[in-house]
Amino acid sequence: MKILIANSSPDPIYEQIARQVKSQIISGDLPEGTSLPSIRRLAQELQISVITTKRAYEELEKEGFIDSVGGKGTFVAAQNADFLREKRMKVVEERLAQAVDEARTLGIGCDQLSEMLRLLCGEES
Amino acid sequence: MTDYALEVTGLCKSYRGFALRDVSFRLPRGYIMGLIGPNGAGKTTVIKLIMNLVRRHSGEVKVFGLDNRAAGREIRSRIGFVYDFPCFHEDASLDDHRRVIAPFYPRWSEEAFERLLREFELPRDKKFKALSHGMQTKFALVLALSHDADLLVLDEPTAGLDPVFRRELLQRLSALLQDEGKSVLFSTHITTDLERVADFVTFIRNGEIAFSLPKDHLLETWGIVRGDERAVAALDGETRKGLRRSPYGVEVLTSNVDEARRRSGPGVVVDRPSLEDIMVLMTGEGNRAR
Repeated sequence: MKILIANSSPDPIYEQIARQVKSQIISGDLPEGTSLPSIRRLAQELQISVITTKRAYEELEKEGFIDSVGGKGTFVAAQNADFLREKRMKVVEERLAQAVDEARTLGIGCDQLSEMLRLLCGEES
Repeated sequence: MTDYALEVTGLCKSYRGFALRDVSFRLPRGYIMGLIGPNGAGKTTVIKLIMNLVRRHSGEVKVFGLDNRAAGREIRSRIGFVYDFPCFHEDASLDDHRRVIAPFYPRWSEEAFERLLREFELPRDKKFKALSHGMQTKFALVLALSHDADLLVLDEPTAGLDPVFRRELLQRLSALLQDEGKSVLFSTHITTDLERVADFVTFIRNGEIAFSLPKDHLLETWGIVRGDERAVAALDGETRKGLRRSPYGVEVLTSNVDEARRRSGPGVVVDRPSLEDIMVLMTGEGNRAR
């Protein structure tokens, strides 16, 4: 499991952790049944607070990515591949919707926005 | 039901020219709490009252669920402390200190003591006064960590320490918390020490608790809004926690950044506050009257 925390990121640390673990589960880097470090171990290793790692795990558990088995630890839960992809697509959609909203308040039209998107995707216009 | 390592309720104490008023906060077992505040705000007085070293006027302190006056002896044997005020014998060697101190602790570990002295590179036959300030603090830490304490009470432990050792200290604290039964209360004005590892932050200002909150909640819901006078005019009331004016604009600290975003006028910038920002903005001018 790889976790990189950016202190300068506007996203809360628990979200950064949850997101990175999620994407490693989705990509298959963390297969079903993989044992994750305990909340306290992870807090120590990342030098962050226990409440933060606890919240990240709660988030992941709520969304069905991990299971905690009382007394045994925390494990990557069984995942359905189609379901996972769909979940990720939804995230992309949500982010795009946010960008569209933001653009609207600035008066940026659809054309200009698609232009920006193409540039971001690395395509020359 | 939450199990608390420390419960402080309605603590009052006054000295000439200084008063601690109705101080209350709770530290759940298994977590780290940072006690922050400017010099003279009352951090050390709170700690002395927790350790029952000075008399209070009113209020209650429970440690491990026990009253700290009725069960003072048991409580003290389960607390590891580092004080910000001198409590060592200048002319005694480190080993002399061990001989005097160890018998007070039923769970004293000779092995832990030896290991920590080695790790902190402290010579046991040296006199206390021959140690540098940083080494003296390290020695206080060695003692605090040598008897399997359930609660560590550290008063400005990082003052006078270099960043490398400060980081090491924080690592030791989180290593200690691998045991869910251990808790830490840590006073400091070097707020960056707490930014990462603290679970709770209690801010004491002019002898009163300004807030005692989970750190994540604080850093996620509070914000700093900067703009001109008109744009931040609507940001008043309960959620405004601090204000600073400069010739170029106004800075408002808010405890509800989402609401502040909605209510502020055009042209403002919104920032996440650090603990230091919070401390400075809540103590600066413009807040005295509140």
